Amino acid sequence: MNFAAPLLLSLKLSSVTTLFLLVLGVPFAYWLVFSRFRFKFLVESIVALPLVLPPTVLGFYLLMAIGANSFFGRWYESLFNKPLAFSFEGLVLGSFLYSLPFAVQPIQMAFNSIDKKLLEASWSLGRSNIYTFFRVILPLSRHGIITGCVLSFAHTLGEFGVILMIGGNIPGITRVASVAIYDEVQSLNYGSANMYAAILLLFSFVILAAVYFVNRRFTRTI
Amino acid sequence: MKKITGFCLIIILILIFGFSAFVRASENILIASASNLRFAMHDICHDFQEENPSIQTKVSYGSSGNFFAQIKQGAPFDIFFSADATYPELLEKEGLAVKEMREVYAVGNIVLWFPKESKVAPDTGMHAVTSSEVMKLAIANPRHAPYGLAAEESLRYYGLWEEVKRKLIYGENISQTAQYIHTGAADAGIIALSLANSSKMLHEGKYWMIPDESHSDIEQVYVVLKRGKGKKSVRKFLDFIHGKNGSNILSRYGFVFPGTGENR
Repeated sequence: MNFAAPLLLSLKLSSVTTLFLLVLGVPFAYWLVFSRFRFKFLVESIVALPLVLPPTVLGFYLLMAIGANSFFGRWYESLFNKPLAFSFEGLVLGSFLYSLPFAVQPIQMAFNSIDKKLLEASWSLGRSNIYTFFRVILPLSRHGIITGCVLSFAHTLGEFGVILMIGGNIPGITRVASVAIYDEVQSLNYGSANMYAAILLLFSFVILAAVYFVNRRFTRTI
Repeated sequence: MKKITGFCLIIILILIFGFSAFVRASENILIASASNLRFAMHDICHDFQEENPSIQTKVSYGSSGNFFAQIKQGAPFDIFFSADATYPELLEKEGLAVKEMREVYAVGNIVLWFPKESKVAPDTGMHAVTSSEVMKLAIANPRHAPYGLAAEESLRYYGLWEEVKRKLIYGENISQTAQYIHTGAADAGIIALSLANSSKMLHEGKYWMIPDESHSDIEQVYVVLKRGKGKKSVRKFLDFIHGKNGSNILSRYGFVFPGTGENR
């Protein structure tokens, strides 16, 4: 059980994060593609930041933002009676930001690649934006949505720097699989470090293989 | 197809949440422990849990300075076993620790450690670090790891600091430093005696005890934090550490006890 705990925690963190990213990422990507907001490029840059930002930078600012001395951290603590930093909820917030581009960008690309004539046809037949979204846009971009979910799941699973910064290494609360590797190596338990590493490696490979397989099948059917 | 995928996803989610709810034990103690205690603390928790099966101890290991920073940011620990006296004192001053729940639990030692294949004779003393055999010397980061600070003081005491400075590699904490020499990434290192005495390292190398007069005393102090205030399980754990069983484990790893200057 002790060995499995960090792996289960990683899976839990990845699932919750992916769920949030799916629920908020799809409307957000829709807004990014279809809005005429002038400064959209700035929003797009902010979304893409975690791709180039070192995880320690993101982790450091997050810690400053949600730590016990911050305004937000104190507000959260007075509301829920427990700190946000060094908690599972804090990790979800960190992972959400860290994996945001991995979810939003594939969905955005899928929305962009839809033939505009199909949308115009739907609108000219008197269908509403919402109807068009659910019956035309979503079905046509399901491969992008699946890719976004799978990538953000896998990306969150391997996250290390942000977690160590805002979560530390607390067993059962913030010691996810990647942190467990770091900890086992320092205990000179290279065997168990290797087990965790091998499991993560295998998992990442299987996930990527599945994505490429699904995408290939999708492009073929078109 | 779509329905099956959704169904599988829901089943997986239920399994994960079900499992993690099941894992949660009744009484938890969250411990922040200086890395030099790693192997001793592991034994202590093991024996403690045998005596008190209803209490679960969860230990996080790291450098004392990092824990100090984490606790200030709201990290939810019950007890902090520091490798020095300063950080616990500061925590008490800042109102993050319980008053009068701060105590010296052990005095630590540092050793100069070489892997057993090394050609350096360990009894040549501190000057062995200048040998050409030693290309990289590992110490813990003196800025936040008390054992790293002791290592620096000692190297300065022997007038070797400037000379070996370019050979130094810094571990984030003392057990990462031990990992560097254990894996051969460094040719020698200054680590805690308690790590050199662990079963993982004892037969992997040889060491020279660094004399006490070369550095200030490494008085290790624990402090009960606000979260652990009034908890019965915390009291029990501290009693265990001070008791016969706990002290036996500590002295087995080479800790001496406050005031006596020798193993109790």
